Amino acid sequence: MVIDDLIEIAEKERAARKKHVVRCCMAAGCMSSDSKGVKEALEKAVKDAGLEDQVEVRGVGCMKLCCQGPLVQVDTNEPGATVEITTGNQGPLYQRVTPADAASVIGTLKGGKTTVQCGDPKDPFFTEQFSIVLANSGIVDPERIESYIAAEGYQALHHVLREMTPKDVVDEMIKCGLRGRGGAGYPTGLKWATVAKTPSLQKYVICNADEGDPGAFMDRSVLESDPHSVLEGMAIAAYAVGATQGFVYVRAEYPLAISRLQTAIKQAKQQGLLGSGIFESPFNFNIDLRIGAGAFVCGEETALMASVEGKRGAPRPRPPFPAESGLWACPTLINNVETFANVAPIVRKGADWFAGIGTEKSKGTKVFALAGKITNTGLIEVPMGTSLRKIVEVMGGGAPDGGRIKAVQTGGPSGGCIPADALDTPVDYDSLMKLGSIMGSGGMIVMDETTRMVDVARFFMEFCMDESCGKCIPCRAGTVQMHGMLTKILARQATVRDLQKLEELCEMVRSTSLCGLGQTAPNPVMSTLRFFRQEYTDLLKKDLYGGPNGNGNGEPKPAPTA
Amino acid sequence: MGACRLCLVEVAGIPKLLPACTTKVREGMEVQTNSERLRKYRRMTLELLFAERNHVCAVCVANGHCELQTLAYSQGMDHVRYDYRFPKWEVDDTHPLFGMDHNRCILCSRCVRVCWHIEGAGTKNVSGRGAKARIISDLNQPWGTSDTCTKCGKCVMSCPTGALFNKGSTVGEMERDRGKLEFIVTAREKKQWIAE
Amino acid sequence: METKPAADTKPLLRLATAWFGGCAGCHMSFMDLDEFLIDLTAKVDVVYSPVMDVKEYPENVDLCLIEGAICNEDNLELLHKIRERTKVIVSFGDCAVTANVPAIRNQLGLGNAESVLQRAYIESAQNNPSLPGEPGIVPALLPRVMPVHEVVHVNHFLPGCPPPADRIKALLVQVLEGVEPRLEGNQLKFG
Repeated sequence: MVIDDLIEIAEKERAARKKHVVRCCMAAGCMSSDSKGVKEALEKAVKDAGLEDQVEVRGVGCMKLCCQGPLVQVDTNEPGATVEITTGNQGPLYQRVTPADAASVIGTLKGGKTTVQCGDPKDPFFTEQFSIVLANSGIVDPERIESYIAAEGYQALHHVLREMTPKDVVDEMIKCGLRGRGGAGYPTGLKWATVAKTPSLQKYVICNADEGDPGAFMDRSVLESDPHSVLEGMAIAAYAVGATQGFVYVRAEYPLAISRLQTAIKQAKQQGLLGSGIFESPFNFNIDLRIGAGAFVCGEETALMASVEGKRGAPRPRPPFPAESGLWACPTLINNVETFANVAPIVRKGADWFAGIGTEKSKGTKVFALAGKITNTGLIEVPMGTSLRKIVEVMGGGAPDGGRIKAVQTGGPSGGCIPADALDTPVDYDSLMKLGSIMGSGGMIVMDETTRMVDVARFFMEFCMDESCGKCIPCRAGTVQMHGMLTKILARQATVRDLQKLEELCEMVRSTSLCGLGQTAPNPVMSTLRFFRQEYTDLLKKDLYGGPNGNGNGEPKPAPTA
Repeated sequence: MGACRLCLVEVAGIPKLLPACTTKVREGMEVQTNSERLRKYRRMTLELLFAERNHVCAVCVANGHCELQTLAYSQGMDHVRYDYRFPKWEVDDTHPLFGMDHNRCILCSRCVRVCWHIEGAGTKNVSGRGAKARIISDLNQPWGTSDTCTKCGKCVMSCPTGALFNKGSTVGEMERDRGKLEFIVTAREKKQWIAE
Repeated sequence: METKPAADTKPLLRLATAWFGGCAGCHMSFMDLDEFLIDLTAKVDVVYSPVMDVKEYPENVDLCLIEGAICNEDNLELLHKIRERTKVIVSFGDCAVTANVPAIRNQLGLGNAESVLQRAYIESAQNNPSLPGEPGIVPALLPRVMPVHEVVHVNHFLPGCPPPADRIKALLVQVLEGVEPRLEGNQLKFG
């Protein structure tokens, strides 16, 4: 494979384009509402209408407005157009399409009328999005590498391998200001630089696709909709840091993502875009899949590496950091799906372009999965610094049935609840941190007035309790105790002293746990206590036995001085 | 390991607490080992351990020779403020020489490590997660049916509590010779097996 | 133990001891104080104890040593009464501090009270197997055995099974001297 081959594939793909492209969402959300049946019915309808030479029915990835799925959108190419439609959302958008609707949808192409529910592509939900990671999502066919190549795919990899030194690539990543999209926001370029400069005969690149936060489905959608963008990002990273082997660690609960990744890896190998001597350079890179068995803690990088090595998925203390000693004690670069998906666009369009998007300290865009009590459930990608209010009220359409939004939970079980009066906060790493929450991987759960915050805290604590690996005591036993105290509060059996004990334990578990799971497990409790303390105190019962030490709550005695 | 979090220390310039057992010492490092905050956390960690399973010192084979018990009083733990969980755990008495009482296990995994890294038998392992995690033999089967166990007893020697014990020992009788394991590991280096 | 204080000396400390779910070993250990018991009689007035014939827990008690875990409804009722009428409560021995052996039945989960009664009075009975049940006389078991501090506020803890006599003495001496009692090191050893 040389660049001419790549261009030839792209041109062939564009030349084969028909007048109409009927895009049918084939991501997991819509597939669970029978979009596969819809696609088959659409193909049959095209055949029945004799429009095979004019209409292409294309299975695509996520079209974002998941709550209205299955989604179908019809694009019409201008005669003579040579470029792929990359902006999307052009033609009429049909919602909640059933196989029975197919004939009527195809009928519109012959001037017919349809009664199928029409969505509004001009809704702020779509128009306010800024797509980098999701640019191909809902546009390209994730099961055909040609479709990705036609959308400028693998050109960035070629550019990097033929025109840039590994150091140039690392410098570009530092310059663009990209920060890790897995949640903590560590500068990606710095991480790459550390791995690059650690000497070793063998290095690894790992893509963390063990997305486990309740209500989060960004990474799954990226993998299902545009797997090649992740593979390309990984290959560029491998070149930059000097790795020859990559792993995608993806959870078994994502069978569609796994199958699309397998297809994508196979196709990329067939085309010579993975393997030995890529683009006739000396660069070799292979990617293998590792399937996680669904333990949340395996999203933690050291536990993930243990799992890839075939060991029990339990974290270990850091340092040493994976960048210095990771998989099989070799320097290892671990980035999240979304981080890798940002890489190729950055290389294609330049670090300056990327650095111009977002805020001073948080560059680029962020994908969020909107869920909970919100009208428009689905995926959105917005520039960093967009206010929560814009995301939730303008794009998300607010709470359904005229309800009032009470809080927005970000960051999953590691994050916190942001109250409605702080909705004007810009969404970036540092602003969310100041509110006691975190950016997290992008789950955003909206709650209305009917939600009890102590319930929310208990739900997340139960999650952490079940998902604790059991290695360190504060997390293993502390989450059980915190869960017990929250249960006691909800049963109106707790006193003000139990609440004090809970707060003390939150603080202790945060400070002493071994890995991020335990260190952040108290966050939902601490943030709801910070903004909704009244809801806790309303549930307390009277303390019968006051006293300086309280009810079985004696102050710890100082240790004997040896 | 760095798992029990009892040896956490404060290191100047690092916001997080670090486990002393896995942190390398550096020249000029400023370390606090016994601050009020650390003592408080240590006591809380011990209380969490006592509340987690069923540690009844009064009827335990290791009473008086237990690292958990000793740590508790040395840290001034006079009672446990958290509600005892009282989980139901089994006792595995299928092995001809040794017993395993999961009620007293603190999941330190010393038995697992000694079995894999020193004896090389690989009988012991950890299964399950969170509060449901437990030590298993081979493929989660009764210890007595294990094909890999060499009956060497190193796991029993390494156990800090009364979870692993010699059969036939009763309250307070489980004394362990800690020097023996160290001897096994270091005797070759120190040439201790050569007669004078 | 009915010594009356002389008018010019400081009033005797009103001491009580109570016995809940436990084996009475802690009280036995108390008796092991030997000659210190004689010193004690000069300083305390024992107003309530299982070794005395006092039916009602008195008012205005200064110090109460509580042995045993809270196992039945009578325990619970008396404990609340003790807390209301006592200045300083000491959890005396492991059963009071940790619920210890009596709480082993908690591991059986809900319905443990029924199953232990069944085991003791039906399955193991040689003659006339029947469950004890005399409303108003035999107190019902609580669903869960609790350490004392889980029910009421406890001022001090005296662990041990039983606490050795010198440990009891160490605590009593400090209380009698009017200092905040503080036990350290292996004086806090359970078991």
